[in-house]
Order: sequence, then C-alpha cells, then structure tokens
Amino acid sequence: MDQLDFSKIDWSEMATASGDTLQMMGFSTLFTFLIGLPLGILLYIFSKSNAPVLIWIYRVLSFIVNIVRSVPFIILIIALIPFTRMIMGVSSGVEGTIPPLVIGAAPFFARLVETALREVDRGVIEASYAMGASTAQVVRKVLLPESLPGLIAGMTITAVTLVSYTAMSGMIGGGGLGDLAIRYGYYRYETEVMIISVFFMVVLVQVLQMLGDRLVIYFTRK
Amino acid sequence: MIELKQITKIYGNKKKRTTALSGLNLKVEKGEIFGVIGHSGAGKSTLIRCINLLERPSEGEVWVGGIELTGLGKRELQQQRRKIGMIFQHFNLLSSATVYDNVAFPLTLIGTPKNQIRKKVDELLSLVGLEDHRSKYPAQLSGGQKQRVGIARALASDPDVLLCDEATSALDPQTTDSILKLLLDINKRFGLTILLITHEMHVIQSICDRVAVIHEGGIVEEGPVTEVFLKPQHTVTREFINRDASGAEGEEGLRLAASVPRPTWAKLVRITFLGAKTYESVLSQVVRETGVHFAILQGTISTIKDVPYGKLTVSFEGDSGQVEQTLALLKERELDVEVIG
Repeated sequence: MDQLDFSKIDWSEMATASGDTLQMMGFSTLFTFLIGLPLGILLYIFSKSNAPVLIWIYRVLSFIVNIVRSVPFIILIIALIPFTRMIMGVSSGVEGTIPPLVIGAAPFFARLVETALREVDRGVIEASYAMGASTAQVVRKVLLPESLPGLIAGMTITAVTLVSYTAMSGMIGGGGLGDLAIRYGYYRYETEVMIISVFFMVVLVQVLQMLGDRLVIYFTRK
Repeated sequence: MIELKQITKIYGNKKKRTTALSGLNLKVEKGEIFGVIGHSGAGKSTLIRCINLLERPSEGEVWVGGIELTGLGKRELQQQRRKIGMIFQHFNLLSSATVYDNVAFPLTLIGTPKNQIRKKVDELLSLVGLEDHRSKYPAQLSGGQKQRVGIARALASDPDVLLCDEATSALDPQTTDSILKLLLDINKRFGLTILLITHEMHVIQSICDRVAVIHEGGIVEEGPVTEVFLKPQHTVTREFINRDASGAEGEEGLRLAASVPRPTWAKLVRITFLGAKTYESVLSQVVRETGVHFAILQGTISTIKDVPYGKLTVSFEGDSGQVEQTLALLKERELDVEVIG
C-alpha cells in the first residue's frame, strides 16, 4: 500500500461534510426527542393502566415501535422516500434525511424513555397518588425528575446512534462525513479521506458520550 | 373518622383468585391512635391501602371524615386524599428533591404560593427536628431522618387522618421509639387521628389506644389495647403478645415455672393488675392477713401507652381455706385472678 498523503485532502469539502453531519445530527436529535419523549411517556402510562382500552392501545403502539425498530435503517430510508417528499418537498440532501432519521430513532428513544420511567421507585409514585396528585402531576413532578439521569443516558445513546445513522444517509444523497468516507474513502480508494472523516465522527461520538456521562453524574442523587 | 363497611378485596383474574380481605368492618374514632396488627399476608397492607383507595376494594364502602370515598369521582377523590396523610415503611421520598422540596411537594400540587409554602415547611421541619438538613437529599439521611421527612410531608396539607404503613418496620429499636414518640406528640398536639398497621406488638403497646388483630383477611379481635393485651382471646393475639414478651414472660417461661416441683397443696395463680394498683402493696397486705406463703414464679411490670400494668404468676402455699381466702381478698381488691394449676 502506498504512503498516506494527507495533503491531497480537500479540506473545504471536509468542512461542508462536517457541517452537514452536525446539521443532520442536530435537527434529527431534536425532533427525535420531541416525538420520542411523549411517545415513551404514553407507552409507560398505557402499560401501567388497568383500562382494557389503554392496554390495547399499548399493544398496538408497542407493535408499531417494534416494527420500526426491526426494519434495517437503510431500508427505512428508501421506504420513506415518498413520505419524505410529501412533508419536506424533497427526498434528498440534508433536509431529505431528517424525516427517516427521526422516524428511525424516535421509537428507539421512546423505548429508552419507557425503560427509564420503569426504573422509578413504585413507592414514590404510590405516595404521590396518595397525596392527591393527578397523573399529569405525577409525570411532571415525579416521573420525569426522578428518571432524569436515565433519560439523559437514553438521549446520549440515541444521539450516538443518530451519528451512525447519518452515515447511511449518503444512500439518498444526504451528504455528511459518513457519506464522504464511503464515497471517497471506500469507492475511490482515498484512504486518507476515509481516515479523517471517520476520525471526526469518532471525536463527535466521544464528545457526545462524555457530555452525557457528565450530565448523568451531575443529576444523580442516589 | 374512618369507617370501613363490609370491605372485600379480591386479587387476580378468573383463573386464580386470592381473597385479601373478606367482609371486613372497622371504625376508627376521631383523635385516637388505632393499631392494626397482623402477620405478613394477613391483609393489613391491603386494608390500609383501601382507606385512601390506593387499592380499590372489590366490595364495600370506605368512609373518611363523613364522606364516602368509594362513591367519589377521580377529581373529588384527589381532593379528599389531600386530607389523608400517609407514611410508608420505605419512606417513598423523591430522591431527586431536597428535604425542603419533599416536604413542600403536597403544597406544590395544589399551587400554594411560594411564601406560604416556605412558612409551612419551616414550621414542619422544626416540628420534626430537621431544620439543619433542609437542603440535603434523601440519600444523605439516616432511616429515622427519612421517616421524619415523610412525617413532615404527610402533615404539610393539614390532614385530618394519618395512615402509617409499617412506618417503623425498617428502623432500629431506638429510632423506632423516637418516631413513635413523635407520632404520639403529633396526635396529642393536633388531635390527629392515626391509623397504623404493624407486625410489632411493641408499637401497639407504646402508642395505640385501640387495637384490631387481623388474620386471614378478617378482624379476629378488637378493643382497647389494655384489654386485648392483658386478656387476649384469639390464638393469633396470644402469639403476638408472647412473641414480643421476653422468654420468662411468655408461654415458654410459664411452662418452665409450672414444671418446677412444688408441694401438691400449692396453687398456681396468675394475677393481672392495671392502673394505679400496679404500684400498691396489695399482695403483701393480703398474704399478711391470710397467713399464706407465696413464691413468685414469673412476673412483669410495665406500661401500655401510659397505663401501668403487671402480670405475676405466683404459687400460694397454705391450707386450702387460707388460699381460697387469699384469692377472694385479691378479687375483692379488683385484681384479675386466674387459677392455672
């Protein structure tokens, strides 16, 4: 193999790709949280319910979540092209990747939220109901604050997962570092480009994980 | 204050049913401390959870403060629950909130203004002796301190009733006593009605006015603590009393005392006395009069809440006329005398 020559790298293209990745990451993470958090809370509440109707809704929701989670992301992107075009007007580029990213990650995050909420001490919830709290108050004042470290850990995992998902968005011309690594580094044998883009993604993941871990420690009171 | 009418609670589905409570009736008067004692699985946890409807009884009515809780809608029930404080075996504090915020919690639920909350919480924290721990988190407190936070929190919404679900079962004996003292103090100071469940006779004996013994989902014995404690009728009640008593005081000690060889004409008698008589020299006066001799085989002098009581097992020696006369005189002085051998 030839000597690596990093001087060949087109740094402006690298910068654009980094920007694209950050944009895809930022927007998709934001929307994933906005959709996944309420969905997770609903999953939790329905699963604890005594009403047969709500238990049925839980089963249906849970089934849908499982389906979305079991479809490989790359297939999800393609399957969602018409849907993406409908809501974003385009089905490619950075905008085109956000809907599939969100739809792929939101159910995953919702499950993490549900799991984090399940970890909250049953006794504390019971005590709150005994004090006359409504379900909405229990969610807002007990479940969310008590499970905050778990929720942050879930957000971290989701954000990291989204970084790797963005890499696949090259399939529909989404751009970004992952796309750069595959197109230049792999298809065109420009190993240097691949190394640098992967390196940037590693840094991004490291930063996210460290930030998440710090926050978890900060908010843990047990 | 609290009345349970024909409460039945059945768990499970068609395949497997467990009856936790069956047709249970209970009445707790305003201002009293009422204890329910029972083994685990007897239904006492279900019983206390039925009072604020954390568990909905399958049948029967729950009345608290003249309102039928079982007939209320969701909103009204939430409102009524605010008048019923509850403390728990495992404290159930918010681990993510400070001591101050935990006590303030019931007040924030009803949107009390901040300055009023501060005033109330400060008051409660000094009542339970935790002024210096206000900004600590529950994980930084001892068990006894956590229960004090629990008590302060339960009192924050000025309840009429306090439910104690095995509130001292997770605490060591010393801490248990200090928590019991606090509960008694609150009961006296605010006239708060307290219903507690426990499996420790000691708790009942220390602070309760009346007691009910629960067994297999029903109440088998009920009455003033002094009465139930000194003259237990049901086997389960006797078990609790004997288990709590030290060896020499319980059934085992009695068997040992009865097995000691003694003259055939001697009579084995159990004498029970209650109240001020406990500290009087009744026995010595009576035997001087009749001329019998006696030996104390076992005995205890203690208190139930603040009433002194004594239990003595004595063997009287003398001719049968003298012994009969002794027993008659003791009865005359209103002691409870029971010939057991």
